[in-house]
Amino acid sequence: MSTNNCCCCGGVDEREQKLQEIIGKYKNTKGALIPVLHEAQDLYGYLPLEVQKKIAEGLEVPLAEVYGVVTFYTQFSLNPKGKYKIQVCMGTACYVKGAGAILDKLKEKLGLNVGECTDDGLFSLEACRCIGACGLAPVIMINDDVYGRLVPDDIEGIIEKYKKISE
Amino acid sequence: MEMVNITIDTRKLQVPAGITVLEAARIANIDIPTLCFLKDINEIGACRMCVVEVKGARSLQAACVYPVSEGLEIYTQSPAVREARKVTLELILSNHDKKCLTCVRSRNCELQKLAEELNIKDIRFEGEMGNFPVDDLSPSIVRDPNKCILCRRCVSMCKNVQSVAVIDTMERGFRTIVSSAFNKSLSEVPCVNCGQCITVCPVGALREKDDTDKVWKALDDPDMHVIVQTAPAVRVALGEEFGMPIGSRVTSNMVAALRRLGFNKVFDTDTAADLTIMEEGTELLNRIKNGGKLPLITSCSPGWIKFCEHNYPEFLDNLSTCKSPHEMFGAVLKSYYAEKNGIDPSKIFVVSIMPCTAKKFEAQRPEMSATGYPDVDVVLTTRELARMIREAGIDFKDLPERTFDDPMGEASGAGVIFGATGGVMEAALRTVAEILSGKSIDNVEYTQVRGVEGIKEATIELEGITLKAAVAHGLGNAKKLLDKIKAGEADYHFVEIMACPGGCVNGGGQPIQPSEVRSWIDLRQERAKAIYEEDKSLPIRKSHENPKVKALYDEFLGEPGSHKAHELLHTHYVKRENYPVE
Ligand code: SF4
Ligand code: SF4
Ligand code: FES
Repeated sequence: MSTNNCCCCGGVDEREQKLQEIIGKYKNTKGALIPVLHEAQDLYGYLPLEVQKKIAEGLEVPLAEVYGVVTFYTQFSLNPKGKYKIQVCMGTACYVKGAGAILDKLKEKLGLNVGECTDDGLFSLEACRCIGACGLAPVIMINDDVYGRLVPDDIEGIIEKYKKISE
Repeated sequence: MEMVNITIDTRKLQVPAGITVLEAARIANIDIPTLCFLKDINEIGACRMCVVEVKGARSLQAACVYPVSEGLEIYTQSPAVREARKVTLELILSNHDKKCLTCVRSRNCELQKLAEELNIKDIRFEGEMGNFPVDDLSPSIVRDPNKCILCRRCVSMCKNVQSVAVIDTMERGFRTIVSSAFNKSLSEVPCVNCGQCITVCPVGALREKDDTDKVWKALDDPDMHVIVQTAPAVRVALGEEFGMPIGSRVTSNMVAALRRLGFNKVFDTDTAADLTIMEEGTELLNRIKNGGKLPLITSCSPGWIKFCEHNYPEFLDNLSTCKSPHEMFGAVLKSYYAEKNGIDPSKIFVVSIMPCTAKKFEAQRPEMSATGYPDVDVVLTTRELARMIREAGIDFKDLPERTFDDPMGEASGAGVIFGATGGVMEAALRTVAEILSGKSIDNVEYTQVRGVEGIKEATIELEGITLKAAVAHGLGNAKKLLDKIKAGEADYHFVEIMACPGGCVNGGGQPIQPSEVRSWIDLRQERAKAIYEEDKSLPIRKSHENPKVKALYDEFLGEPGSHKAHELLHTHYVKRENYPVE
């Protein structure tokens, strides 16, 4: 896997050392895998092969089993997250009110598929379950900001705004 | 034994406490359908095909995991049971890739058989088909998730029995799939190609890479001298493919069928097994005498070799440098035999019929081409040979008496027992004992190393040497044994390891018996019995007494362990990384 610059937390060596600490902390406890995966995901933002491999080796659990757990729970991610994490609500209300068109517009504008991150590490795109803002449907979230009652033409301006802030 | 009284379908019986309803029903000769269940390997109660009504219980119970208890009343054929089983099966079928006509497991498929037995004529549900890519990049194993019914038998085999653990269940809900980490191909993960997963799959989701086309092509080429060799374990299992009882010895029929298929020569890998013993026995004695690396560990099982290369690189120097018998044979055929018969080695095509899928991988290792040509061109499993025999319309049970061709058709009993766990060890002991004592020893049977116990240990007094030996079969047992050696808890001189439980007789390329057979009959023992019978029936039972092997040394190789022998018959190993990160 190529190194990518999507993650914003510290140098590689430092993170690796932290990962080993996490593994060491749980090593001899039962059911260690899930808490270790959680902390590793907080550390890296996602769980790529090299991280899962270290966890598998450290906890002496087969990698296939680790990967099985990671793909079973939706809170674990195999892909990096951007500095701005865009989540498009695909709950029923949003869906009915045109979330599909919003998502398509985002894909087009960012040149991404769901689950991917832009090369500059700025934006990642995800579809999510209902976030409980049905009154505002269709809704997207960018980190903690909620944007509601959207039409596809709104997307351009929102993305540009974040590009400006990060300059 | 504590007994309990139970009633099954109004029949009263006494059964041992603690057994399952499924086992109790078997005692009463009542058939309960199963699908995910495979005794000792997969007892997880996942598919719910085996449900029964238990009086007093709120819902139907899975017979394969439900224990009997005093006074239990069970109904195996009530309307509720019949309907539940049908619904379960129809749901499984609703998203199953139902291309039975072209499926390699057609007529040997547990799902197909159930659909027939439960009289399914219509599937009331329509499921969404997964449309998963088929993984056929491995030289040994093909994985087709579209046919997978998620019984998890392969997962348990790979993880719990073989301790390889490269496949598992991934994702959840309708997207659940049995796959490897990061959906990698089996060719990119530390899969050892043992094929044990294939032999437990109830359907066609796992199968060997079919190489029969390559063999037909060679047979059709008039310029090619096509030689076939057969491993010892094939002759005691091939009959099962043609409906014969487990443990039938079909050596003559097999040779006759191979002749009919058009092979120019039909040779016996057992001859090369004798050759292996000459080389490996010499290696063992040399290492003991000269303070070489011990224990010496056998190298005939390519699944074990790859396991070692991935997981125990610190033992690579312990491995015997001997190639496996069929590879040695290939190298001899393309050198000695080619020379002797004036055939250009480039025109010799060697086909190995093996009980093994890992040998497909082994044959394409770059190290295995001593003469500049691949030692072995194609490896076919026992199952693929059966397919060729059927395709050619040969009536397997009605064939004239035939024996292997000269000069590579004569073998000792020692070569034959290679097919069962402990066999290589025993064969080596027969020869090493005589070399050390310098005289003929009548008792050739080393029964301590026979049988299906996972790890067998023996201390054998040979002339002047107390030889400590251990035998492990199945990679889970191999792992235990290696960890023990690693921890310094055992010091053996000689260790035999076979990747498959029971050794080659139960190899990943052998005929597949459904759960309802292999849950209750130990295939390993039944097939091994036939192997030891063949050993007993042979006039020569020690490798070094095989006249063909003697001639090979006299005319060509010189001494065991000679320079020429090393060039042709020995190899080396490589450390392999698990899941390399690019
Ligand atoms: S061939 Fe052997 S190692 Fe490979 S997946 Fe199957 S059981 Fe596991
Ligand atoms: S591949 Fe075969 S053995 Fe494995 S889970 Fe699927 S159906 Fe069962
Ligand atoms: S649940 Fe009993 S056979 Fe699957």
